[in-house]
Amino acid sequence: MIDIQLTAAELNSKTCEEFVASNQAGGTAIFIGTVRNQTKNKSVLKLEFEAYIPMAKKEMQKIAEQAMQKFDAIKISIHHRVGVLQIGEIPVIIAVSTPHRKAAFEACEFCIDTLKETVPIWKKEFFDDGEVWVAAHP
Amino acid sequence: MKIKLVAFGIARDILKDSNISFLFTDGKTIGDLKKALTKQYPEFEKLASLRFAVGEDYQEDDFELSEENEVVIIPPVSGG
Repeated sequence: MIDIQLTAAELNSKTCEEFVASNQAGGTAIFIGTVRNQTKNKSVLKLEFEAYIPMAKKEMQKIAEQAMQKFDAIKISIHHRVGVLQIGEIPVIIAVSTPHRKAAFEACEFCIDTLKETVPIWKKEFFDDGEVWVAAHP
Repeated sequence: MKIKLVAFGIARDILKDSNISFLFTDGKTIGDLKKALTKQYPEFEKLASLRFAVGEDYQEDDFELSEENEVVIIPPVSGG
């Protein structure tokens, strides 16, 4: 079972944890991404995320489906936020339950790594002296 | 060929619009579009990557476009 959400509302790890709960699970791994206060020694004031929403949801679904197969996962929940986020807020949560521990960690890592490569979501960092689209330039 | 371009992130900044109608005469594939687009907007060449989506899926350079297709420009993604 897969749960994908792309939302402007605050994310809650408990929701993801509850979704992936299963009597067949030997473990659950949860990755929680948080907005940090600096990048390359520069103070970050806030972040803004925007998404090509229908395609982003589709790509998130594909990642979850691949992870289900690859790691024999029981349930996967991927939530991502859009809009303006302050320091300490949560832009992404990935929760995976699997029969055995190792696969839960691996599936969770696969999901976040692939999300960062393929899902059409863009992050802008705001500084004292300007703003920049993250990773846009080499 | 005339297509509709939709732009997000830095691509929108480069086009200075989120939706434009774009006309190109040489060829009809995504690869041809990329050439025409970077010629008109050289800023695209400075990006770490430049991909395109049609029908909510990534399409490769050899994908053949049709008149009035909606093509979404996907600059380097940075979710998570």
